[in-house]
Amino acid sequence: MSIDTIDLSLEIWRQKDSKATGNFETYALQNISTGMSFLEMLDVLNENLTRAGKDPVAFDHDCREGICGMCGAVINGVAHGPEPETTLCQLHMRHFKTGDTLVIEPFRSRAFPIRKDLITDRSALDRIIQAGGYVSVNTGGTPDGNTIPIPSATAELAMDAASCIGCGACVASCPNGAAMLFTGAKISQLCLLPQGQPERTERALAMVKAMDTEGFGNCTNERECEAVCPKGISIRNIARMNKEFVKATFFG
Amino acid sequence: MELNANIPSGPLAEKWDNHRFSSKLVNPANRRKYRIIVVGTGLAGASASATLAEQGYEVSTFCIQDSPRRAHSIAAQGGINAAKNYQNDGDSIQRLFYDTIKGGDFRSREANVYRLAQVSNNIIDQCVAQGVPFAREYGGTLANRSFGGAQVSRTFYARGQTGQQLLLGAYSALSRQIKNGKVTMHTRQEMMDLVLVDGKARGIVTRDIISGKLSSHSADAVILATGGYGNAYFLSTNAMASNVTAAWRAHKKGAGFANPCFVQIHPTCIPVHGHFQSKLTLMSESLRNDGRVWVPKKPGDSRRPGSIPEEERDYYLESKYPSFGNLVPRDVASRNAKEQCDEGKGVGTTNLAVYLDFAEAIQRDGKATILKKYGNLFQMYEKITASNPLHEPMMIYPAVHYTMGGLWVDYNLMTTIPGLFAIGECNFSDHGANRLGASALMQGLADGYFIVGTCIANYLGSNPLATVEASEQPFTEALKQVQANIARLLKSSEGGPEGKLTVDEIHKELGLLLWDHCGMARNKEGLEKALKELPLIQKKFWDTVYIPGTGEELNQSLERAGRLADFLEFAEIMIRDALAREESCGCHLREESQTEENEAKRDDAGYSHVSVWEHMGDGEEPTLHKEDLIFENVTPSQRSYK
Ligand SMILES: Cc1cc2nc3c(=O)[nH]c(=O)nc-3n(C[C@H](O)[C@H](O)[C@H](O)COP(=O)(O)OP(=O)(O)OC[C@H]3O[C@@H](n4cnc5c(N)ncnc54)[C@H](O)[C@@H]3O)c2cc1C
Ligand code: SF4
Ligand code: FES
Repeated sequence: MSIDTIDLSLEIWRQKDSKATGNFETYALQNISTGMSFLEMLDVLNENLTRAGKDPVAFDHDCREGICGMCGAVINGVAHGPEPETTLCQLHMRHFKTGDTLVIEPFRSRAFPIRKDLITDRSALDRIIQAGGYVSVNTGGTPDGNTIPIPSATAELAMDAASCIGCGACVASCPNGAAMLFTGAKISQLCLLPQGQPERTERALAMVKAMDTEGFGNCTNERECEAVCPKGISIRNIARMNKEFVKATFFG
Repeated sequence: MELNANIPSGPLAEKWDNHRFSSKLVNPANRRKYRIIVVGTGLAGASASATLAEQGYEVSTFCIQDSPRRAHSIAAQGGINAAKNYQNDGDSIQRLFYDTIKGGDFRSREANVYRLAQVSNNIIDQCVAQGVPFAREYGGTLANRSFGGAQVSRTFYARGQTGQQLLLGAYSALSRQIKNGKVTMHTRQEMMDLVLVDGKARGIVTRDIISGKLSSHSADAVILATGGYGNAYFLSTNAMASNVTAAWRAHKKGAGFANPCFVQIHPTCIPVHGHFQSKLTLMSESLRNDGRVWVPKKPGDSRRPGSIPEEERDYYLESKYPSFGNLVPRDVASRNAKEQCDEGKGVGTTNLAVYLDFAEAIQRDGKATILKKYGNLFQMYEKITASNPLHEPMMIYPAVHYTMGGLWVDYNLMTTIPGLFAIGECNFSDHGANRLGASALMQGLADGYFIVGTCIANYLGSNPLATVEASEQPFTEALKQVQANIARLLKSSEGGPEGKLTVDEIHKELGLLLWDHCGMARNKEGLEKALKELPLIQKKFWDTVYIPGTGEELNQSLERAGRLADFLEFAEIMIRDALAREESCGCHLREESQTEENEAKRDDAGYSHVSVWEHMGDGEEPTLHKEDLIFENVTPSQRSYK
């Protein structure tokens, strides 16, 4: 583990609350250990700001292990920063060098209102799941797990889709603000599995409708979502969703 | 404080059935008249909320994060146990029960652990039905692996993301009930206090994290599913928002707190490498199946690992524990790593690490095989440390991981406050002193999906409750108290930051105190010292913490300060509990209680009990009560790993 340090200039979006107008503020940060994660770098900045009597930068985070999907910001125009398949909390400062200027702003999308600084409200994604991203099964009375055999390749494919962490980077990076990678991943997981079959049609229709209601845009194959997704979710899931939707619309 | 565990009579295998039969029911038509508050949306809280709503109750659910899907449970990697015996290797409910009670070093209740083993199988069926993509064999049946030294393969998994997939399953069931209008979901709301009416739990006070607004919520019963308190140590493998606040507030209102000193330390985490560090990342324990642990024989040897010849390396686990070698249990592996570092043989820039070396395994099985087994873990390690375990040994060090202590509950998962239930990591009940891997996920889901529903019905069915509204006096009083607490937290910030300390600076001090004296190994002298130093840190906090901003806005420093204030109080019973338990058991090593071979020595005659602390008022010494543990079906035996 190297203990090199770097000096950075940060331009960070500051916005007091949903109603206030925001602006970029510039901060100089010295002696940042390259072993730090991006969020630890922000911790250091916040400790400095606090000691100086200023308002620390608000940002969302929880697991700091790349799995809860709570962290996320746009770094120099790229959601979750420059490293492929990496959440912000797993991005390390060794990927930057002394003298770099980092422009840090929240995930921007009509459907994600800003709450403060880098914190946005991504509850629209929850409402998409509430529209049908589940198998309607009550607790209890379920058959033995092995009575539903699933080929391991299918289970793996479902797992690929299921590994979406709901961070919303796909939305933030899409020129249309579409949530199709996120929604496509959930629809795919469930339509690949036998458990998802009974509600397959209804689910596709309801979830697509929910996306529209929330104000998300439509996919025009820009592939920006796939490029920034920290979990490597493939746009094949969008194709699968479109197919499900068309089938549901025309063949019920 | 009366501690009646309410364990049903009859033979062990029939207790739960008998209990379900004798428990009161609530008529389906009446269920909608009852309101239940669930705090927390981890495995325990999400599964409980969904299940109770399906049964017809009106449920209000709260969590700190922006979405219920983000609860700390999401991070669990390894897997979940069940006694399915799908592998035909001799597993059974009886065996899972026995392994779990033995793994807890005979410091948990027989009846609870047996019930856990019984319902474990339903959990897997439930999750499969929800569409949780568990790993499968080629023939399509569920795959299993062995975990944590168990001799049967009973662990179900979904890649290295089992917690994620199980939580998303429970979250989807919860989402369905939110849509149905049976669960009112309150995100970004922090429970600040519990409200009692006529001695019963009837509601909570919460703070809206976005606006800072306080509000009261009333109900007929309150379920806490707020997780563990590992973050008392500042550095841990827990999510940053994990805290003890809800449980501690309940404790101050009369709920007994059980075994607070039982903390599990995980041996294979990425070591600390700077004082800015916020988080310790766990590396799956499965790495010890092929990795060999060693340190240089000579203290202070700072050569790179590759230039230290074989004969100058100390494979200390293999030489000390020839039959288990690198696969000794978590506590033994953790303690031995610390011991080596204390002797000056630690490696890395901080000398607080040991090597976990795959060189021999790679030579034996080839790179491809090792990468197939551990590829994603190697990647994760390299992402964080920029070092490739194929070329250089990993560096690992123990970290605080899981807390077995929690609110004391009886067989009905009810605390000593009527109407207040605690489930998942937030209660103490099933793990004793040394939780095994893959059993915490099992307990969270067992409590939430299959146990708490029966218990709630029994409580509501046998306790007539007057209606209360959140506008009544006990609620307004509690709200005022919370307001006053927030004002008190902000008091020392008047006049600016000059000469003051940040919340994290003080939290780090508390963490260090606990790690040094109430961590992997404890002794009387150290614990007494910690008990003396704790009030100084508490005073420093109240006198000099600087929190920018106000209480009426999104204020993350204030959130952390509130949680730290509770950790600072809670630390006292943690230390007192460790001091009172003069035996070693499980993860709790009292240095004074060791065998001649330096192994932990349990004292069944003196300590076969649960220690339960009662709050006697601020500034008063807490009182220790004991629930005796009675073993009718297993015979406690001493552990040996030689
Ligand atoms: C890295 C890691 C790996 C693990 N791997 C495994 C494994 O492989 N197998 C295994 O069995 N176990 C594992 N564990 C342990 C296991 O994950 C946890 O014990 C378990 O998930 C706890 O679940 P829970 O539902 O009790 O609480 P949590 O998931 O911690 O949920 C707590 C909930 O309470 C809410 N909350 C807390 N305080 C408040 C408040 N004051 N107001 C409102 N809401 C509040 C939070 O928002 C959250 O929703 C692992 C743990 C870690 C850290
Ligand atoms: S699809 Fe990828 S980018 Fe979009 S929410 Fe899921 S994990 Fe995040
Ligand atoms: S903090 Fe959880 S994914 Fe980054």
